[in-house]
Amino acid sequence: MIPEIGYFALVLALVIAVAQGTIPLIGVQRGIDSWAAVARPAAVIQFVLVTIAFLALLQAFVVSDFSVMNVVANSHTNKPMLYKISGTWGSHEGSLVMWVLILSAFGAAVAVFGNNLPPALRTRVLAIQGLIAVGFLSFSVFLSNPFERVVPAPLDGRGLNPLLQDPGLAFHPPFLYLGYVGFSIAFSFAIAALIEGRVDPAWARWVRPWTLASWGFLTVGIALGSWWAYYELGWGGWWFWDPVENASFMPWLAGTALLHSSIVVEKRDTLKTWTILLAILTFSLSLLGTFIVRSGVLNSVHAFASDPARGIFILGFLVLVVGGSLTLFAIRAPALKGGGLFAPISREGALVLNNLLLISALATVLLGTLYPLFLDALTGEKVTVGPPFFNRTFVPLMVPLIAMMAVGPMLAWKRADLAGAMSRLKVAIAAVLIVVLATFYLSGNGPVLPLLGMALGAWLVVGALTELSGRLKLFRATARDSWNRAKNLPRSAYGTAMAHGGVGIVILGMTASLSWETEKLQVMRPGDSVDVGGYEFVFEGARNVPGPNYTALRGTFRVLRGGREITVMEPETRTYSVPPMQTTEAAIKPVRLADLYAVVGDPDGNGGYATRLYHKPLLNWLWIGALIMVAGAFVSLTDRRHRVGAPARRRRRAGAAAPAPAPAPQDA
Amino acid sequence: MKPKRRRLYYVLAGMATLGVAAALVLTAFQDNLVFFNSPTDVYERNIQPDTRFRLGGLVVEDSIRRQSDGLTTVFEVTDLIRTVQVSYTGILPSLFREGQGVVTDGSLDARGVFIASQVLAKHDETYLPREVVESLKKSGKWQGQGSGEANAQ
Repeated sequence: MIPEIGYFALVLALVIAVAQGTIPLIGVQRGIDSWAAVARPAAVIQFVLVTIAFLALLQAFVVSDFSVMNVVANSHTNKPMLYKISGTWGSHEGSLVMWVLILSAFGAAVAVFGNNLPPALRTRVLAIQGLIAVGFLSFSVFLSNPFERVVPAPLDGRGLNPLLQDPGLAFHPPFLYLGYVGFSIAFSFAIAALIEGRVDPAWARWVRPWTLASWGFLTVGIALGSWWAYYELGWGGWWFWDPVENASFMPWLAGTALLHSSIVVEKRDTLKTWTILLAILTFSLSLLGTFIVRSGVLNSVHAFASDPARGIFILGFLVLVVGGSLTLFAIRAPALKGGGLFAPISREGALVLNNLLLISALATVLLGTLYPLFLDALTGEKVTVGPPFFNRTFVPLMVPLIAMMAVGPMLAWKRADLAGAMSRLKVAIAAVLIVVLATFYLSGNGPVLPLLGMALGAWLVVGALTELSGRLKLFRATARDSWNRAKNLPRSAYGTAMAHGGVGIVILGMTASLSWETEKLQVMRPGDSVDVGGYEFVFEGARNVPGPNYTALRGTFRVLRGGREITVMEPETRTYSVPPMQTTEAAIKPVRLADLYAVVGDPDGNGGYATRLYHKPLLNWLWIGALIMVAGAFVSLTDRRHRVGAPARRRRRAGAAAPAPAPAPQDA
Repeated sequence: MKPKRRRLYYVLAGMATLGVAAALVLTAFQDNLVFFNSPTDVYERNIQPDTRFRLGGLVVEDSIRRQSDGLTTVFEVTDLIRTVQVSYTGILPSLFREGQGVVTDGSLDARGVFIASQVLAKHDETYLPREVVESLKKSGKWQGQGSGEANAQ
């Protein structure tokens, strides 16, 4: 019964979405107020209906209702509860319901909290959101019904792919979707602005928080996926330039460009057409990402049993959205008036360069991702475009971007003094020299690339700190004066410094862990010991341990440093029964300035086990840096500018803006 | 600066960065595309040693030999017409088994043995890598079952 209610709610939501996408649009165009007024209640009702559908599906998974096909295919009674719940969005059908749930939630948020939006703009935005929902809901209702029954109901399910039974991956899709779908709001605003033929700073002020939040969520999603690959795949790698990874990385790059160009629209009322185009591009890439991952054109843990009709539907939808919005753009964009002028060396100029480099880098990733698909379709030849390609195209384009990231925020709007900015960066230049010399001294005659990476990372971190301390007049004014400045400085300034500094920390972590890692691969018998990067691993043996729905081969290593035991590491190889599959659970131990990483493999038949041990310098800086970037986005989001008119306005208390290196609670 | 002049600068800067990107892509494409080959392709295309490519097929029954170092495994990969010997040092993926499909990444050595730097077999038991299915179809030895077909397209 409950699955039928869920399906019925989905169908009703589709009907409402059709109404939401058409009636208000006509109403606002023709000036029929009662028609335009449909938008807000429709958005809220659509959200309620999709929530009902989602809860119905969740219920089916939680109680293991094996009369529902989707549950049979992706769940099993002895699976832990967390993975029963995450199975709801682990399947193809369920992930679509989650996508629509987030879409309708954002639409409802605009409807409920959008009181300070011009009514026509709000109505149009909601109508566009409705049209996007029509696409996804009809896909769900007609082609991938998550509530399909199976008669007779089997006794048990087929289980979820064990690789997906992992806390990191349980929350990876929701965050990714929050990011992807969040960009739909920027897209709807862009389309609405094109229909109206007007883009002004108020428009940008509305688009920016959505973009910022989506970017933050997408960053979390990508970082979670990368973290999962790091400890679950057992290869010690965290990014493989796999098409599926690229699928989420491309909207991130476009979103980063959008984030920066919308600053220019807001502050200087220029770069409007470009920003509109970026908003369209970012959401199109989110759709493309869904298409690549969900249509089965690629084989990976993400691609489920593929059905050509589904792929064609998503492709058709993609063509419709991209083609339609670009046509509208071509017709209406010339009408958008450009605003303030600026010199090439200025904050605007730096942001334009940022956009050019990001989009060029995005183009190389797009080409590397799609080229194998095209070649296969045209010639039947199978190729792989692997990491070497991206290292030689993407990385060189990122170098100037990162070098500029420290300088950009110091440039004034309209016309800036580059020499002045560089002289303010004296400390950062000194830091770069120290880091380069120290790296050179520690690593000896190594290749040049690690030196460059370390230099860029240090440049960015110190540059971000310099910018912040310059704004606070640290060490130049009295402590009291600096404190007052710290309180009054807009939170977006802290956000910028944190996000930029976070990128620097990520770069330091990447460079150090790739350049100076130690990998030892050997057969070990109980009692054997191996030295890895100055740490002694003593193998104590391995034994079989039962788990809830698997049995694990658990190896035990004692880790010693200078003869003293510092930790015990227990990596596992798990064998699942349903579906029959093995997974690797690496043991990871962060120690001073490095990660220790251990994997235990097959027995060799003579009492020994294949083992793989790593020492990875600064690797956890990747996750720390990513966290700081995300925290920066959310600190920026609490900026007063974005809350004007919001009920939370009165909550501004003294000490509100104290610099927070860690994720700060919102009302701290 | 006149708006027209400014637009010209934008276009020039955009062309310049895209040009750099295109140049990087073209040079990187030359030696970083990794082609997929079946054992028959290896013979027919006369692939030179040290050219990186992906080799896929079925692991020949009774061909897996573990070397005395305990880490190196030698086995044979076939498309049921030709067979190539493969050597891999490292921990094999759990689903690596005789008679199963496998994709390996590496290059031939001077003796014609494929030295794999990576062995990919991360999927469930009914699964055959799509490349392997297609190369089996090409060699005319494909006996499709339902699940294999589904993965093939």
